[in-house]
Amino acid sequence: MRLRPSRPVRGAGSGRGSVEHSRLTPRDLVSEAVAGMLQRPARSALTALGTVLGVGTFVAVLGLTATTSSQIDSRFNPLTATEVTVEDVAHDLNPFAGRTFPADADDRVQGLNGVEHAGVLWDVRLGPETAVRSSPVGTVGGERIGVVAASPGAVEASAPHVVQGRLYDRYLADRAEPVAVIGSGVAARLGITTLETGPAVFIGDQPFTVVGIIDDSLRRPEFALSVLVPSTTAERVWGPPGAGERMLVSTRMGAARQIADEVPTALRPDHPEYLKSVPPPDPRTLRRSVTSDLNQLFLLLAGICLVIGAVGIANTTLVAVLERTGEIGLRRALGAKGRHITLQFLTESGALGVIGGLVGASLGAVTVVVVAVVREWTPVLDAATVAAAPLMGLLTGLLAGVYPSWRAARIQPAEALRR
Amino acid sequence: MRRRRRTPTDASAPDGLPEPPVIEFRGAGLTYPGPPAVAAFKPADLALRRGEFVTVVGPSGSGKSTFLNIVGLLDRPTEGTYLLDGIDTGRLSDNGRTALRGRRIGFVFQSFHLLPHRSSVENVALAMLYSAVPARERRARAREALDRVGLAHRAQALPSRLSGGERQRVAVARALVGRPSLLLCDEPTGNLDTANSEVVMELLAELHLAGLTILVITHDPAIAERGSRTLTIRDGVLSDRSPAAAATGQAIR
Repeated sequence: MRLRPSRPVRGAGSGRGSVEHSRLTPRDLVSEAVAGMLQRPARSALTALGTVLGVGTFVAVLGLTATTSSQIDSRFNPLTATEVTVEDVAHDLNPFAGRTFPADADDRVQGLNGVEHAGVLWDVRLGPETAVRSSPVGTVGGERIGVVAASPGAVEASAPHVVQGRLYDRYLADRAEPVAVIGSGVAARLGITTLETGPAVFIGDQPFTVVGIIDDSLRRPEFALSVLVPSTTAERVWGPPGAGERMLVSTRMGAARQIADEVPTALRPDHPEYLKSVPPPDPRTLRRSVTSDLNQLFLLLAGICLVIGAVGIANTTLVAVLERTGEIGLRRALGAKGRHITLQFLTESGALGVIGGLVGASLGAVTVVVVAVVREWTPVLDAATVAAAPLMGLLTGLLAGVYPSWRAARIQPAEALRR
Repeated sequence: MRRRRRTPTDASAPDGLPEPPVIEFRGAGLTYPGPPAVAAFKPADLALRRGEFVTVVGPSGSGKSTFLNIVGLLDRPTEGTYLLDGIDTGRLSDNGRTALRGRRIGFVFQSFHLLPHRSSVENVALAMLYSAVPARERRARAREALDRVGLAHRAQALPSRLSGGERQRVAVARALVGRPSLLLCDEPTGNLDTANSEVVMELLAELHLAGLTILVITHDPAIAERGSRTLTIRDGVLSDRSPAAAATGQAIR
C-alpha cells in the first residue's frame, strides 16, 4: 500500500473560515441524469413508452390530417367545381306526386345565367331477358351493358370525348328517333369498329342507329361502358323514368353554388322541395369536417396516451427515488443541496420525456409516410408538429417529475444514510 | 444570508496564532422534542485537534448516531455550539451547512454507500461533483486517491466486482479526495470480516500518520483501541477516558 506522508491532508483551501457554497454545473447535472437513466435501460425504455405512444399518435394524427386535406385539395379540381346534380326526392315527400322534372326541364335550366349545359338522365331498367346486342339474334356474354336515357343537354354536360361520329342533337331527340351514342367499351364488346357501315345496336328487339362513339366522359366516366339514348326515345320505348330521374348541370366557374340554389325553383316553382340539388363540395368545409370529426377523437386518444405516459414516468421516478434513498443520502453528505437532488430527478424524468417524444415523433412520421405510400398519397407533415413533439415529451416528463423530485429533496440525509 | 458565510469572530485566528480545533463542542447537546422529550445526546464539551485519531465507542442505542449526525452536520444541536474548523455551524443556513459538510468532512459509512452502476473511479470522483471541480480534474484526483488507498488497479471495476475491504477502501478514497478537515467514519468495519477490517484500520492508521484528522465511531472495543484517543459514549453522555488525551490532547499511539 503506497502512501505519501510528505503531504498532510489539511483543511480545504486557504479560506479556513469561509465555505464556498455547493454548485452543480448544468453539464454535470445532465451527465448525472443520463447515468441515472442508463442504470436501468430496460425500465427507462418501458417508462418512455407511454410518451412514445402519446407523441406518436399526436404526430401521426396531425400528419394524416394534413395529408388527407391536401389529397382533398387535389381531388377538388375545376371539373367537380362546375358540376351540379339535381336529384328527385318528390317520392319521399309525396308518393302521389307525378313526374317531378317538367318536360321542358332542359330549357328551363339552360336559361339560367351561368349554366353551360343541362339535361335530364336516368338509367333505363331493362328486364332480365332484355340484352344489348349488335344484331337481332347474337348474344353478348358476361355482364350486362347499361342503358342510360340522357337528353342532349345531359350528354353535353357530362363532357364526353367523341371518337367517331357525333352526339345526337335536339332535332333527333325531339323526334324521339331511335339513335344511340355508345361508349368505346361497348363498341369494342359489340364489335363495332366503324360507323361508316351504319351499325345498329339492339336493345331487346329495338334497333338503335349508332350515331357516335365516345371513349371517355370526364364527369360520367361510366358512360364509356354505357349505351346512351335520347331521353325522349327512351320514354317512348320504355315509358316514363320513375324515381331515378335526375339532372346533370355544368356551369361556368364559380357559378355552381348559385345555380344549385336556383335550379329547384326554376324547375318546380310550385314544389321546389321536390328537388334536391347537390352543389360541388366546398373545399374549406370539407377540410374542416375532416379535421373535426375523427381527428378530434384521435387527438383525445393521443392526450390520454400522454397522460398515461406522464403517470408512468411519475411512478417509475417515484420508485427510483425510494430505491435510491441511500444514494440521495450520500449525495447530500457529499455536499448536494436539496435543490441539486430535485434538479437531478427532474432532469432524469424530463430526459425520459424528451426521448419518448423523439422516438414518438419518428414513429408518427413513419406512420404518416407508410399510410401515404400505401394509399398513393403525397405525405404532408407540418414541420411545427414534428418540432413540437420532443417539446411535448419534455413537458410531460417534467410535469411527471415534479412530485417525485420534490419527495427526493425532502429525504433527510441522516435517515437515508442509516440504510 | 451573507452573514452566515462569514467567519465567526472568535475562531478566525490570524496567522501565527494557534489553529482552532477541527471539532469543538461547547456544551453542544441534542434533545428530541417530545413528548416525551428525549435527550439523545447530553450537552458536552469536546475539542478535536488537527491530526488526532479519535475513536468513539459505545453500545448501540447509546447516542453514537446522534453524535455522528451532529459532527457530520446532518443534525443541528438543540443546545450549545458546535464549531467545525472554527466555524460556528449554528449560524449557518442549511445551504451553508451542506457546503461545509461537502467540503470539510469526508464520510465513511458501514454500508459503503457506493453507487452500484459506477466504477470505482467514478464513485470517488462523485465526491467533488458539487464543488464545481472540472470533470477532467475530478477524474485525475480520483485516480490519485485510489492510488493512495492502493486500488489504482481497480479503478474501472464496479463495486459488485470488489471485495468488502476493497469497497470500503474505495469509500475511504472518496472521503479523502476532497481534502477534508475530518474523516468521519461510522462503523467502518461493521460489514467486514476480520482480515478486511484489519486492512481498513491499517489504512486509517496510515492516513493518520500522514496527518489526517480521523474520527471513528464504533461499538467494537477492539477497533476503539486503534485510536490515539478513545471517547466513550453511554446513555447519551460523552466521556473522555484516554489518559493521554487528558494530558496533552495530542495523544499519539
